Amino acid sequence: MPALPLDEGGKYVAGAYGVFVTLLLVYVSIMGMKLQRIEREIQELIELAQRRLKEHG
Amino acid sequence: MIWCSAFWPTRYSTSSWRIDLESTLFGRGLKPLAVATTVLLATTLALVFFYAPNDADQGFIQKIFYIHVPLAIVALFGFVAAGVMGAMHLRTRDDSWDARSYVAIHMGVIFGVAVLATGAIWAKGSWGKWWVWDEPTLVSFLIVFLLYVTYYPLRYSIEDPQRRARYASVFAITAGAFVPINFIAVRLAENLVHPRVLNQTAGDMPGEMRLTFLVALAGIALLYVTLMKLELTSKNARRQLRRLRMLLEDERTGGAAPPPVATVPAKPV
Repeated sequence: MPALPLDEGGKYVAGAYGVFVTLLLVYVSIMGMKLQRIEREIQELIELAQRRLKEHG
Repeated sequence: MIWCSAFWPTRYSTSSWRIDLESTLFGRGLKPLAVATTVLLATTLALVFFYAPNDADQGFIQKIFYIHVPLAIVALFGFVAAGVMGAMHLRTRDDSWDARSYVAIHMGVIFGVAVLATGAIWAKGSWGKWWVWDEPTLVSFLIVFLLYVTYYPLRYSIEDPQRRARYASVFAITAGAFVPINFIAVRLAENLVHPRVLNQTAGDMPGEMRLTFLVALAGIALLYVTLMKLELTSKNARRQLRRLRMLLEDERTGGAAPPPVATVPAKPV
């Protein structure tokens, strides 16, 4: 096949790189949500530990 | 080590907990790795669009090559690495190897989705079709990808963690051995449409294209390692948190005394 002109090939290149970036962003977002959940759990555990500290005086 | 303060709360302040937990969350060396990956990927994009010349045959659309091929190579190497990690798990019975093997396959599958998507877009632009079934490279990659997709139902259909890890490792080794065999079989096949980019003469790429490709390959490989480390760190932190919660709850309800710190492994799930 002959080479596609820039205006024609450009949309495919943008699409391919866009798919890659989108996948990366989706993955990073999912990991971000997981980290938020971990941080919430840490906060709960810190509160639990602080209560324990008060109990022990 | 990290959880010392949880067992002897009077010795450590809450702020020292925060520092220790942060180091667990982000993982040692993860930040510089993430920075290096970002820099390398930015360099790749700059080289692709401002340095590498347009391909004489395909024109501008050939730029997809710099993302599509490195993704495929890294995904396939990741699958093979997962097999090696599975073998390490069977040899040592260390669960952390099983976790590494799982995450390597997981990242490989995600990269595989990107390979299939970018490949389909490239095929549509170059050949006018999203997919062609008579192209050995495409079909063989799809077979490998689908093989690894079956890893998830296999792994999660087994409840006993030890057995699950063992079976998953056996799968990783078997499938990992299949990847290079498949690669060789495709190379031996005739009527190849895909150009070879990693042959003994480094392909027919001019210097600028070859340099751009190698930088892209390094960037994608570093991205794979970074994401793998991030996933492992996250799993490790979750596992440690579950363990800590159990210990705190157990101690509060007057259960068995917590084990010595040295027996709490800092290993991922």
